[in-house]
Amino acid sequence: MDNNGNKTRIVKEIKVDTKKCVGCRACEIACSAFHAIPKFSSVNSARSRIMVTMDEVRDVFVPLRAGDYAQAECNGRNAYVIDGKEYDQCTFCPASCPSRDAFKEPDSGLPLKCDMCESQPPLEKPMCVDACTFGALIYEEKEVAIPVASVEASQEKRGEMKTGLESLIRKYGIKNVTETVARLGKKG
Amino acid sequence: MRYAETGYNLEIDLSRGSVDKVETDPKETALHLGGNGIAAKMLFDRVPPGTDPFSPDNLLIFGNGLLNGTCVPGANRVAVNTIAPLNGLMGHSLMGGMFGAEMKMAGYDRIVLRGKAPDLVYIAVHNDKVEIRDATHLREKGMYDTARLIKEELNDSRVWVAAIGPAGEHKAFLASIDCGNSSAARTVGPVMGDKNVKAIAIRGTKDVNLAHPAELWEMCSRLRKELNANPNVGDWMAVDEDDSFHHNNFSWGNARVRRKTFWSASLEERWRNLKYDHMSRQTGCWNCPKACHNVIKWPNRRRFSYKCYGKDTFHMASFQELDFTYEILGVSQDLGLDSYSTPQTVAFALELLDAGILTEKDFPGMPTDVRGRYYHLLHKIAFREDIGDILADGVSHAAERIGKGAEQFDHNTVKKFEQLPIKLGKLNPAYYLMIATGEDMAITQIEGSFPQDPILDPELREEFISKWDAVPDQKFVEWFRQWQKRDQLPDDAMVAIVDWNECMHYLDDSLGFCGFVSSFRGQFGGTTGYHVWNMPKVITHATGMEFDKDRLWECFQRNRNMVRALNIRLGLKRSMERPPEDHWAVRNEEYEQLLLSKYYDFKGWTFDGTPTKETLERLSLGYVAEDLIKRGILAEDDVTALNDPRAKKEKE
Repeated sequence: MDNNGNKTRIVKEIKVDTKKCVGCRACEIACSAFHAIPKFSSVNSARSRIMVTMDEVRDVFVPLRAGDYAQAECNGRNAYVIDGKEYDQCTFCPASCPSRDAFKEPDSGLPLKCDMCESQPPLEKPMCVDACTFGALIYEEKEVAIPVASVEASQEKRGEMKTGLESLIRKYGIKNVTETVARLGKKG
Repeated sequence: MRYAETGYNLEIDLSRGSVDKVETDPKETALHLGGNGIAAKMLFDRVPPGTDPFSPDNLLIFGNGLLNGTCVPGANRVAVNTIAPLNGLMGHSLMGGMFGAEMKMAGYDRIVLRGKAPDLVYIAVHNDKVEIRDATHLREKGMYDTARLIKEELNDSRVWVAAIGPAGEHKAFLASIDCGNSSAARTVGPVMGDKNVKAIAIRGTKDVNLAHPAELWEMCSRLRKELNANPNVGDWMAVDEDDSFHHNNFSWGNARVRRKTFWSASLEERWRNLKYDHMSRQTGCWNCPKACHNVIKWPNRRRFSYKCYGKDTFHMASFQELDFTYEILGVSQDLGLDSYSTPQTVAFALELLDAGILTEKDFPGMPTDVRGRYYHLLHKIAFREDIGDILADGVSHAAERIGKGAEQFDHNTVKKFEQLPIKLGKLNPAYYLMIATGEDMAITQIEGSFPQDPILDPELREEFISKWDAVPDQKFVEWFRQWQKRDQLPDDAMVAIVDWNECMHYLDDSLGFCGFVSSFRGQFGGTTGYHVWNMPKVITHATGMEFDKDRLWECFQRNRNMVRALNIRLGLKRSMERPPEDHWAVRNEEYEQLLLSKYYDFKGWTFDGTPTKETLERLSLGYVAEDLIKRGILAEDDVTALNDPRAKKEKE
C-alpha cells in the first residue's frame, strides 16, 4: 500500500552497466550452478539463464537475462549504433526463440527463463549479481503502485470468467467442470 | 561419474583423418592432476626420443588444468605442450581466456593432435560432433579474420577459436596460438602449423560436475570476493601506471642498454593519458575476478588487447615510446607472432646491420625509419620472406645460420629461448638457479613465491610474516627473518626457495590456475590467492579426491621429475643449464657449479641433472627409471649430485 492508498507490489530488477562488464562469465557460472540439481553440483554455461554476448574487437560486452519464450522466428534484423558501437538486435533480445540456440535447456531444448533465483529462504540478491565482482549487474527492488485501472480490469475479467463458467456448468454439469478444473490445476 | 574433469580426451590423427573419444584413467589424474603434468607423461610414453618435432609422430596437446571449467575462480589455463622445434625439448605455453572451459563443457579434458593433415584444415568441435574441415580459404589469414570467418561458417557466435596466423602456418618458431584475448606464446605455434591445423573451434553445452557442491560453492564464492579485493593478486601493470621498474631496470634494444633514469613524472602522466584516452575497457578470463587485459582502440588500427609486460616489449626493443607499442602490437598479434621474442629478434637483426655483419643487401626494400623497419620485418618474419626466413627461428638459430660473428650477439638466450632483457651487476644465487634449470624456460614461469628482496625494517617484516599464509614451511619464515642482502642467504635456503617457487608454477600449470592469482603473486606482498594450504581443499571439493599439502607437493615433484626425465631423454645436458654469460657483470663459475650441484642433489638428481632411480621410484615413476636405464642415460647405482666424485672434486 503506498501513501495514496493504492495497492503496491515489489518489482525486482537487474540493471546492467555494460561499461563495467569484463566478460569473465562468472554470472553464467553462478546461474548454471544455482539451478543445477542438486544445487551447485555442476557448471554449464548453456544451462545459464544469463548469457554474456562479447566481442572484444567491437567492444561489445552485454550480459543478457533470459526472458519469455517466443514461438515465432524473428524477422526483425535491426542494428543499433550506441556511442559509435554497433549492436545487433539479438544482443538485447531476451527471448528463447527458434532463431538462435540461446536460452534453451541443452538436453531437452525447452526454453529457459530467468526466475531471479526465487528460492526459500529468499536470497539477498540473485546469484549472477552476487558473482559479478565488477558491478556490471546491479540488483534493485522497486515498490510500484498497481494502477487502479488494472485492479478494475481484473475485476471485470473475473466477471467475464463467471459468465463463461456458468455456461459450461449448464452444458456439462458442475461435477464435470469442477473435476476438469481440479485436473488442470494439478498439471500446474 | 568423474568430477571436475570429464574423463575423456579427444584424440585426432590428422594423417588418417580419424577422431577418437578416449576414456582416461582416473589414476593418472590422481598422480599428475592435469595440464602439463599429464602432457609430460603423454609425451614421454608416446613420442620416442629422436622424433623430429616436425614429424607426424610429434604430439600437440591442449591440456586443460584439472579445475578449469568449474566454479573455482582463476582456474582457466590450458597448457599447450609438444616437443618444441626451437630446442628439441618439451615446449610449454599457457593460455587463459575461455578455450579451456569451453573444451570442458564440450566434454574433453584435452585435445591431442598427432599426424599431419594433407592440406590446411581446421577442427570444429561441438560436444560429440567433431569435424576436420577444409581451411585452405583461410590460408595466411590473420587471427581476427580466421576467428570471424569460422564463426560465420559454423553459424555460431559463441564458438571459441584457437588459431595460428601466417607466422604459425610458416612454422616460425616465434609463432603463437591465440584464442580471444589469450595466447599460448612461441614454441608450440610452429607445430600446429606443421600439422596443417589453422584452428580449433570449440563449443560445448555439457555439464562439468562437481563432487561436493555446497562446500565448493561456499569456498569459491568467498575466494572470488577475496581475490577481487586483494591488491596483491592480478596484474599490477593493468592498474598501476608507474612502470619505472621495467623501463629503468630492464635493458632496451637487443637487451643492451639500461636507461636508469628514463622514467619521470611527466612521462608517466603522458603515458597514462595515452592509455586511458584509448582504452575501451579491461577484460578478464573465464571465472576470474581480476581483469588484466587492457583493450586498446588506436587510430587506424583494429581494437586489440594486451596484458602485463606485453605493454613494453616493442617500444623498449626499438627505443620508442608507448604509442609505438599501441600502434604495432595488434598488428603483430594478428600475424600470430609472440610479443616477447619477436621484438627482441628484430632488435637483434638491426644490431647486426649496424655492426656490419648483415648489410643493406640482406634487407631489400626495408624503410629507413625505425618504426617502418619493425613493420617491415614483422611481415618478413611472419611470411618467412628474405631475411625473415632466418629471423623466424628466433635469435639463437638465426645467429647460427648467419655466422660471421653473429653468435656474439645472441647474448640473451637460455636453451635457445629468448629471456627477459635483464642485465645486472651481482650474481643472485636463487635467480641463477631458476634461470639455469627452469624448464618452463622463462623466469616469470619459475619465480614468484618467495619475495625478491628482504624487508629490513623489523616491524614491517613481522607484519609481512603475520599475513604470510602461503608459506609452506616454517623454515622459510626463519630465512626471511635473517635475510639482509638480496644475494645473501645460505645455499640450502636458496635451493629450497627455488624449489618452492617452482612448485607453485607446476601446481598452477596442472590445475589450471593463472600465475597472477597464485604462483607469480606471492613475491610481492605475500598474500597471494592460492597456496599449498587452500589448494588441497579446493581440489577435494571439486574432484572428490582427498588431498592434503603433502600429497599435493608430491604431485609437483612427480610432474617436475616427469618433465626433467623427458627433457634429459631429449638431450638436455648440465652444460646447457647456464644463464646468459652477461646476465650478471660479476660471475663466479666455481661457485655457480657448486650451487648447481647442490640444487640437483636437493632434487634427487645426479651430477648430470638426471633424476635417480630412487627419486623416480619414490614418486611412482619406476617405469621412467627403467626406460632411462634401458637407454643408458641412467645407471642403477647412480647417486645424487653431491655424492658424485665430480662434485667432491668441485668442492676441493
